[in-house]
Amino acid sequence: MKYLCLVYYSEAAMQERGDDHWQSLNKECQSYSGGLSESGVMLDGSALQPVATATTVRVRDGQVSVTDGPFAETKEQLAGFYLIEANDLNDAIRVASRIPPARYGSIEVRPVRDIYGESSDQVPYAEALKS
Amino acid sequence: MDGTAFTREVDALFARESRRVLATLIRLLGDFDLAEDALQEAFMAALRQWPEEGIPDNARAWLVSTGRFKAIDQLRRRARYDQILHQQAEQLTARSVVEMEVENVGIEDDRLRLIFTCCHPGLAQEAQVALTLREVCGLTTEEIARAFLKKPSTVAQRIVRAKAKIRDARIPYEVPEGDDLFERLQAVLQVIYLVFNEGYLASSGEQLLRHDLSEEAIRLAELVLALLPRPEPEAKGLLALMLLHHARRATRTTTGGELVLLEQQDRSLWDREEIARADELVRSALLTQRFGPYTLQAAIAAVHALAPSSDATDWAEIVGLYDLLLTMMPSPIVALNRAVAVAMRDGPQAGLQALEPLMEDATLRDYHLAHAARADMHRRLGQREPARSAYQAALDRATQPAEQRFLRQRLAELG
Repeated sequence: MKYLCLVYYSEAAMQERGDDHWQSLNKECQSYSGGLSESGVMLDGSALQPVATATTVRVRDGQVSVTDGPFAETKEQLAGFYLIEANDLNDAIRVASRIPPARYGSIEVRPVRDIYGESSDQVPYAEALKS
Repeated sequence: MDGTAFTREVDALFARESRRVLATLIRLLGDFDLAEDALQEAFMAALRQWPEEGIPDNARAWLVSTGRFKAIDQLRRRARYDQILHQQAEQLTARSVVEMEVENVGIEDDRLRLIFTCCHPGLAQEAQVALTLREVCGLTTEEIARAFLKKPSTVAQRIVRAKAKIRDARIPYEVPEGDDLFERLQAVLQVIYLVFNEGYLASSGEQLLRHDLSEEAIRLAELVLALLPRPEPEAKGLLALMLLHHARRATRTTTGGELVLLEQQDRSLWDREEIARADELVRSALLTQRFGPYTLQAAIAAVHALAPSSDATDWAEIVGLYDLLLTMMPSPIVALNRAVAVAMRDGPQAGLQALEPLMEDATLRDYHLAHAARADMHRRLGQREPARSAYQAALDRATQPAEQRFLRQRLAELG
């Protein structure tokens, strides 16, 4: 089963840690993701440019609207992603817990939905949205 | 065997086996809802067949395999409309031949798998509690709702949502191994303690004590301890802690529902058997040197439980245990309890000195028992005005009717 691990951290806090810290963190990420790719666990992934470079696109009534910035301002920002293959959630949690920025921010682990499969027949959110 | 005796035996057998059979069916079928339906169907088949054929020698295995075949039938019926279900049914049929022989061996492991799955940290804690009580303990949704003063529809929704996450995010049906086991056990123990506390001291509502949930939590802790691959000290510690609280259940309130403080409780009514059992558990947990906060809290409760009176309590030992607990669990509540123990060891003046700096903490400023403790120290020093204002502060923050009545009583006694 495929899981997407979304890496979040505070860009401001990362800035404060300075360049040396940044360089060694990046090296650590290179070596971790390199190992995961070699063993076939990581299918795809990348780091992202800061949210200052983000552009949000919406279409309403056929009109395209483009705005500067991410869709919502948050304390932690999306910084990168790992698409992995894992047996189950415990397996995915093990992989995610070793992603180096997990020590500073957080990793959201989401199972991937197959848009050609069963889940395309019925909107799946009803159960989760009822309170 | 006459009809009534037969029915009684079957009822007892169902009560004894239903959670075990369910745990194994969940593993075999890979789906909570399918397994629950299968369990019902297996019981219904037993009620039809056993009166004529007699109860089979291995009733548990009979129920598991009947349940599984019923589930396969059900999938096949539904499969007329769905190719995926058809494949699922065929896979299950192919696997059943091989697994028939091993299923009796793994049945206790399945119960532990079920516990760890229900208490998975990927589920919201309220959902962990509800799911554990429903699936592991066999409580109905209505019973859980009543115990937690929630609407049945809210509890049902939580359970449905938790099962959906288990399925969609693929939370595995397994007992964690190695270091993971220790970490995940903490989540299991926390669920058990939440259940116990909900039964022991409801934070709101009229009835102060709800024994059923407390006893359910003790049973659950016994089960976990019996099933774990090695006896984890903290599982022993938690069981001991709950037994020690439970041993005092008859003396915590008057028949009229009023609170009775530890120092005024009738110690001759404490359950000595439970205390002895807990003491043994605490000792063996402490010996391992791998104990944690539950064991230390149990050790403190054991010192209280074994003392002949409040005055004859070894307060120095209790302060020492709190010091150790504070290093493991630095929380303002633990620090508050330590200050109260200091007041007992060295007198109320020393207690106030330990307590005052703690009141800077926002949690304690909002906590009625912190104000009540301070009021009590002032009272013992004969300082009426500070005692009165602290009791009033406690009363303003207390939410439970019995505690409010107790604090009003104290205020009235000050004159």
